[in-house]
Amino acid sequence: MSPRRKRMLWVAGALLTLALVAFFVVNAFRENLVFFYSPTQIVAGEAPEGRAFRIGGMVAEHSLQRQRDGVTLQFAVTDTDKTIEVHYQGLLPDLFKEGKGVVAQGSWDGKVFTATEVLAKHDENYMPPEAQEAVNKAHQRAIEKKAVQ
Amino acid sequence: MTMDTPKNKVNWHLFHYAAPSTFYPLAGKAIPWLMTLAVVLAAIGLWIGMAVAPSDAQQGDGYRIIYLHVPSSWMAMFIYIVMAFWSVIHLVWKTRLSALMAQALAPTGAWMALMSLVTGALWGKPMWGTWWVWDARLTSMLLLFFLYLGFIALTRSIDDPDRSDQAGSLLAIVGVFNVPVIYFSVYWWNTLHQGASVSSKGSSMAGVMLAAMLLMSLAAWMYSIAMTLRRVRVLILQREASTRWVQELNIL
Repeated sequence: MSPRRKRMLWVAGALLTLALVAFFVVNAFRENLVFFYSPTQIVAGEAPEGRAFRIGGMVAEHSLQRQRDGVTLQFAVTDTDKTIEVHYQGLLPDLFKEGKGVVAQGSWDGKVFTATEVLAKHDENYMPPEAQEAVNKAHQRAIEKKAVQ
Repeated sequence: MTMDTPKNKVNWHLFHYAAPSTFYPLAGKAIPWLMTLAVVLAAIGLWIGMAVAPSDAQQGDGYRIIYLHVPSSWMAMFIYIVMAFWSVIHLVWKTRLSALMAQALAPTGAWMALMSLVTGALWGKPMWGTWWVWDARLTSMLLLFFLYLGFIALTRSIDDPDRSDQAGSLLAIVGVFNVPVIYFSVYWWNTLHQGASVSSKGSSMAGVMLAAMLLMSLAAWMYSIAMTLRRVRVLILQREASTRWVQELNIL
């Protein structure tokens, strides 16, 4: 075997080993590296008890209620299956909207999630407002059509 | 060296351009063209992105930082893969130029990673409500930045060129596994960062926005290639300072 051939084999072997190691590390993280829990997971008791964690999902439609002071508010986070009530005192990011994504950090007492920080999670779609309107209208029509059937 | 057997003739063509003495003037000729292209593409891309493309339905005009954020993020990931590629070539074939290519790529890669992190933070504050979160996408991107810095520090801290090249190549190859982690992090884990707007399945952006972003990406490519060639020319001069062809250049 020529020295170059030998080096090639060494490098290939090392790469393969590394790939395997990386694969197992990533796989291990996949189970444990969770940025937020969905309402379903929280209701099922999968979220850590007794320490702060994050909840992620959609802000439920018509769920946002503000107190008269303007910064004390409550809303519901849903993953369309389960819904969890969130209480929060503070400023909301501009993109916070009913029907849009949200990630909130805080604690869960088994009934209400008390948030200390609320972040907006937006999607990967970028389009002009007119296009968004057209999409919304088409969506609405599809829903109505379904309701008629 | 004898180059007269047919088998060696094929190799001669490939290695001809890999010889520092041939590559040096060739790269020097390409740099002005690449830089001009980069400036022209960036000017058109910025014009379309800032003036022609519409504002976004959700994010208004704030989304326009995407024209810097996405090209720099792509570039940062791609440059690392190219660095690892040259490192493999260096370890197997022991070619002189390939290790220098990896070392010349690293600073541009680091800058691109830093630009991705900074523009991302500037974008995150108004849209998400925070400069930074430790989600999988942001954390793996930060790791990429540190891998670049580590590579630069490692290669510069070893004086012996052969050992420096070898150590750097190993680090570059080990770190390359972070790149797919960055790319797929938004699918593998729950992240605050949204999924990819442009993937093999197509794009979820309006056409004009996509065009501007791709033009900016092309500009980033041209700029990165030009900067890498400039840097590799300096590295060649340093390594070959004592050879006759460098002394005949009369520039040292």
